[in-house]
Amino acid sequence: MARLTEENVRLAQEIISRYPRPRSAMIPLLHLAQEQDGYVTEDAMAHIAGLVGASPAEVYGTASFYEMFKFHPVGRYVINICGTMSCALAGAEDLMHHAEEKLGVRMGGTTDDGLITLERAECQAACTEAPCLQTNYRYSFRVTAESFDTLVDDLRAGRLADEIPPHGTVARVRQHIPADKGAGVHAPEDVKSAPAWLDGKAAL
Amino acid sequence: MSAGGTNSFAPGFYEGDRPRIVTSRFGLEDSHTLARFVATGGYEGLRRALGRPAGEVHDEVRSATVLGRGGAGFPAGTKWGLTPQEVWPRYLVVNGDESEPGTYKDRLLMERDPHQLIEGCLIACYAAGLSQCFLYIRGEMALAQERVATALNDAYAAGYVGRNILGSGFSVDIVLHWGAGAYVVGEETALIESLEGNRGMPRLKPPYFPAAIGLYGQPTIVNNVETLANLPWLMVNGAEAYTAIGTPTSPGTRMVAVSGHVKRPGVYEIVNGTTTFRDLLFGEEFCGGMRDGRTLKAFVPGGGSAPWFLPDQLDLPFEASQVGPAGSMLGSGAVMVMDDTTDIPRAALTLTRFYAHESCGKCTPCREGGTWLERILSRIVDGKGTDADLDQLMEVGQSICPGAFPHASSERLGINATPFPYRMNTICFVGPSAFAPVHSALTLFREEFDARVTRRIHIPVSAVGAAQ
Amino acid sequence: MSTTETNAGETPEVPVDPNAVSISINGRSVAARKGELIIAAADREGEYIPRFCYHPRMSSVGMCRQCLVEVEGPRGPMMVVSCMTPVADGQVVRTETEQVKRAQEGMIEMLLANHPLDCPVCDTGGECPLQDQAFSHGPGESRFVEEKRHYEKPIPISDLVFLDRERCILCDRCTRFAREVAGDPLISFTQRGNNTQVMTFPDEPFASYFSGNTVQICPVGALTAQPYRFKARPWDLEQRESTCTTCSVGCRTVVQSSRDELVRYQGVDSDPVNWGWMCDRGRFNFQSVNSEDRLGTPLMRRDGSLAATSWSVALDAVAREMRSGGAVAVLGGSRGTNEDAFMWGLLADAVGSTMRDAQMDDGLPSSVFSLPQATIDSACAAGTVVLLAPDLKEELPVLHIRLRDAATRHGLRIIEIASHDTGLTPHAWRSVRCEPGAQQDAVRSVLADAEMSAQLAGGNVVVVVGRANLAESAATTMAALDGLLSAVPAATVLPVLRRGNVRGALGLGLAPVDGNDTASVLEAAAGGKVACLVLLGADPLSDVADADLARRGIAGARFVVAVDTFLTRSAAQADVVLPAAAYGEKDGTTTNLEGRVSNVVQKITPRGTSRADWMVAAELLHLLGKDAGVATLADVQRLMSARFPAFGAAAASVEVRRNGVVVTSGGARQPAPAVSVTPRSSYDFRLVVSRKLYDLAVGTAQSPSMANLAPGAAVLVHPLDAERVGARDGANVKVSNSHSSVVLPVVSSGAVPRGTAVVPFNQPGADVRGLIRRGEPVTDVRIETV
Ligand SMILES: Cc1cc2nc3c(=O)[nH]c(=O)nc-3n(C[C@H](O)[C@H](O)[C@H](O)COP(=O)(O)O)c2cc1C
Ligand code: SF4
Ligand code: FES
Repeated sequence: MARLTEENVRLAQEIISRYPRPRSAMIPLLHLAQEQDGYVTEDAMAHIAGLVGASPAEVYGTASFYEMFKFHPVGRYVINICGTMSCALAGAEDLMHHAEEKLGVRMGGTTDDGLITLERAECQAACTEAPCLQTNYRYSFRVTAESFDTLVDDLRAGRLADEIPPHGTVARVRQHIPADKGAGVHAPEDVKSAPAWLDGKAAL
Repeated sequence: MSAGGTNSFAPGFYEGDRPRIVTSRFGLEDSHTLARFVATGGYEGLRRALGRPAGEVHDEVRSATVLGRGGAGFPAGTKWGLTPQEVWPRYLVVNGDESEPGTYKDRLLMERDPHQLIEGCLIACYAAGLSQCFLYIRGEMALAQERVATALNDAYAAGYVGRNILGSGFSVDIVLHWGAGAYVVGEETALIESLEGNRGMPRLKPPYFPAAIGLYGQPTIVNNVETLANLPWLMVNGAEAYTAIGTPTSPGTRMVAVSGHVKRPGVYEIVNGTTTFRDLLFGEEFCGGMRDGRTLKAFVPGGGSAPWFLPDQLDLPFEASQVGPAGSMLGSGAVMVMDDTTDIPRAALTLTRFYAHESCGKCTPCREGGTWLERILSRIVDGKGTDADLDQLMEVGQSICPGAFPHASSERLGINATPFPYRMNTICFVGPSAFAPVHSALTLFREEFDARVTRRIHIPVSAVGAAQ
Repeated sequence: MSTTETNAGETPEVPVDPNAVSISINGRSVAARKGELIIAAADREGEYIPRFCYHPRMSSVGMCRQCLVEVEGPRGPMMVVSCMTPVADGQVVRTETEQVKRAQEGMIEMLLANHPLDCPVCDTGGECPLQDQAFSHGPGESRFVEEKRHYEKPIPISDLVFLDRERCILCDRCTRFAREVAGDPLISFTQRGNNTQVMTFPDEPFASYFSGNTVQICPVGALTAQPYRFKARPWDLEQRESTCTTCSVGCRTVVQSSRDELVRYQGVDSDPVNWGWMCDRGRFNFQSVNSEDRLGTPLMRRDGSLAATSWSVALDAVAREMRSGGAVAVLGGSRGTNEDAFMWGLLADAVGSTMRDAQMDDGLPSSVFSLPQATIDSACAAGTVVLLAPDLKEELPVLHIRLRDAATRHGLRIIEIASHDTGLTPHAWRSVRCEPGAQQDAVRSVLADAEMSAQLAGGNVVVVVGRANLAESAATTMAALDGLLSAVPAATVLPVLRRGNVRGALGLGLAPVDGNDTASVLEAAAGGKVACLVLLGADPLSDVADADLARRGIAGARFVVAVDTFLTRSAAQADVVLPAAAYGEKDGTTTNLEGRVSNVVQKITPRGTSRADWMVAAELLHLLGKDAGVATLADVQRLMSARFPAFGAAAASVEVRRNGVVVTSGGARQPAPAVSVTPRSSYDFRLVVSRKLYDLAVGTAQSPSMANLAPGAAVLVHPLDAERVGARDGANVKVSNSHSSVVLPVVSSGAVPRGTAVVPFNQPGADVRGLIRRGEPVTDVRIETV
């Protein structure tokens, strides 16, 4: 399966160049791989290992620590329903049961058409809007059985295609530091003295 | 979005006429844009800071006693001063990994006012001599990432970030970095591990206080998003104006998310040190009382890790020196409210499950003990527990946190408070946090557990033999 | 130092050690050093603090929490992990309070919660720190009634190591070792929290040369070694401390046997040498001692084939040849003990032999030992190490580990001069690539480089020197070394000759006399000038790079005697084959590459009637009427003391001085002649023949677990060169020169510079040695598709 495409290798190199140590780009590059293929393939991990100077075992070790990385194909949309306290107090358990029934899959399962994967999630930092869920990390707040059904119907009908990119794409906007605007990376081996402005050289 | 409410707005942001330091633009539809930011006084604090020697700016922050908003409440100015002399470069790592149950403020700050955060980062870098800034945003926050990325791109283009900022000779890059889903990475040393491309497992202290040995082994300041968001206002208005709000030990304001069974759950910027839990939960300008006319049973005052409070503690203000002796902590500004319909063992389980699930697996008591607590508790919730399980919960907790564990006082139960903090056998607070809800629930609502468990029946061996 | 003035006559001030601190452990006052960890200070004092993750040779991680102790703090006693907390003056530590005991019991209970408790079927049962500490510091019972974690039981993570994740307590020892010590991070923690597990990357096994160490340091039975699995129970094991002689690093080990069979070697922490580590080749080659193919009786050639005979008949035949008046030659001896070498040297003297050499034309002239000598420790503590040596990871693995540690953690700067990338290249401060034969130029360019010459001028320089290329004469290395030493006269030298006891053998009587080295002895034999050629654990037909010379030499010798443990290629050509006692079957001493003398021990009965080499020499001396009067090893050592006092004294004390005693002969520099090498034609490749850890050497090939690990013969060239030749990876190519040609698969490798072709030595597959001629300083070849 897929190594990073040429285009993504270029992006990867740009991301790597922002850090004093290439290895720091590991998680961003794993996101890139997941964006490319919908999940993180073994080939991509081996490729990333080469790009950041780690062993594939280390890349897998890091990747598998984090919840968001999937190592098997998942649905085009991953719906994460929060089950932590605030959402639980607002009926998240019932919502989960409803969701399982509506989609005909258990938590962790993917619908037969490969469109939706349903997952139980932990606190999503939207506790005041409980119960909440995320579809590919886009929020729905104060979700009811009805609004859940609407969401699923909209997803199935493709009505949210513009709002919610397929699984893997988290942010659709990337940081870009123009070459003539960047202050540059500061690696421990290159910097030996205090920044110039600390000597009072910077003043408007 | 189609399902549910609008993205960021919740009741409470722009009600009342309280001082607003970090949420002043939240009412504006385009608050996240550079144009609106600049039009509403944005980057003025940076301009003022750059007009003064860095040391002076640092002193201003120090004398304002800007408490850390990430959980520990350590004053930012003091923290910046802890870096060892003459070791360069130094880094700023911005903690935007907000994942503590109940906590909901940093995401809003990033989504609604990303430039304010950027400005805060720049002021911190300038004042503390930090060469590069890494802004670590929680992986699951797509919109926050997009807003911050856009804001950074705009700020670079306009010369607010990067080389020779505002022509002052001050240069620093802010690198947007995003996580991938792991609560424990919010712990500052785990955050650094994660930023180095490793598994996000906390480092042990000593010897690794990040201010001394942090990212790439260099002195590193880790600050919370909200902490930094305070700096632009502070630069414009000065330490004196800042400390005029709140109390001397808890100056300024703080953002608090109130969730659960109140009428108007929401995120409120409240005055530090003086606002009480009663004000917040029952005041008309805040949550307006309990939902559906129910009564308050208990509340978590400072994020999922905090021992619980009862109505007995409602009159305590948001002031660490009062909340600690009362048996809990303020943490990250998250109050979760339970009314009298709440199934206490089940509520505790949602939190214990969270911490067990989020254990990084590094230290034995958390890795094994957290899951153990969760298993016992869910057995009890499912009606399959025994009374011996209740003792076992406390025993497991003892292996995580030896000795007395903090809890609130209760007039109903006739018990006094055990003050915060606790002792711990773990590296970080995840392990103890798995126990905190169990301990609070069992200590304050034992009867609900008793009603759930079956008595352990001792069957004599002889009887077993006879039955065969 | 204090600056107070002291008047003459007053007692001189004792300088106060600024690093000394005093702490109290359980009420006892303990002297410690700043920066030391509480657990280390307690260990020194015999106050045992239970632990799982702590290992004194690796960085602390404080994961298992078993080593919690109480330390008096400003706000009362605090629980701290003693493996991460440094001592501080006046610190009050308690390791036995009720609080500590509860914590220890709590941790054990937690660790056992998910542990399968399958001790009766676990290799580690009986020597398991978890089991032991569960008894000594555990709660006595488990209250964990939940379902335990389940994983597929044991899965092979390499050819040598199995992993049982159910038993694992996640102490990070193996993963830390792989990352931090071996530099092979092929295993890692994966998943998180309660699901954390150690794993390899799919389809990428833990193929580290050091994997066996992880088995040794695993505090439970999660990692087991294939060669030891189900071989013995700890209570059946007998053991003695010894020294590994697989290579010349001389790692300290314990040799363990069960029912008179070797079953395991374990590393012993010797501070100046191996720090407890071993390489897998050294660790697992005990299997070869147990091999069915071992020689057990003497053999003698009758009617063209070898047949069993008695020792007396065989020895009589050898003595007869030696007495005949023709020249006697002794090749080998570096496999045996000091005592073996000494007695054979004595025998060679007795028959007036000037033909002897412990090296197989694959090392350096023994004059390197007369240069000012360095030790492993001094090299690691140096400011700069210049590597003019083979890939140490392949040849002297634990030396590689030591230097790697010094470079990665202690600021050692390595300047590497090599023909292609080696295991140390990633850790070298500067790497200089040079074609075979061009080392002298490389040294000149190092000296001409401002930064590198400034670094060398900084002092404390050690040159690690060895034979990196068997297709090139040793003279080029010696000339380059000479050039370096003239520019950095204060530098010391660490010769890295590879065979186990080569330094002892050369120092104790088996060094060439008058330049009569192995090559010239073989040349003489080929010319019919050797009457009796003794191969003392030597196999020239496999080991001498100029294969043609070896063949002619063995064929030309009138009578060939092989003293060996196996019927090697050369032994099969011999007239008499005498079975030799192997490692583990005889006592004695050995000398490592730095001249450190330490003991080796007998643990099992020698196979069949095989004998120690020294006994064979003593017997022959007797038969020749020159009895040396030795009947026991002690007799030999007495005699050795008289001839070589330093060696003798060392040998006599190694029983108690377990780290051994360094005996060096270092003296003054003798200039080495410059060598001129003709340039390579641009169509040719210059050949590098170098060793890999795993090859066809008998100890490896006869150890079933390692027999298949040799990578196999191939020719490695730069990707662009492969393209130029027009061969795809893995395709066969013809490698040829005027002497011979050989067909090998080609492997393109970025580690090899353009114009160079690297062929691993002594591998299964086609033999490259036909291309090599001893008289030529370098070997050029042409590579074509077939
Ligand atoms: C388990 C754990 C999780 C934490 N999570 C966060 C978090 O999500 N965001 C945050 O800012 N601080 C978090 N903290 C606190 C940080 O370690 C650190 O104290 C904080 O970022 C410092 O910033 P401040 O001084 O500005 O508050 C966490 C701490 C622990 C122990
Ligand atoms: S307490 Fe838990 S999360 Fe924190 S370091 Fe230990 S195992 Fe990891
Ligand atoms: S030995 Fe100290 S924590 Fe494991």
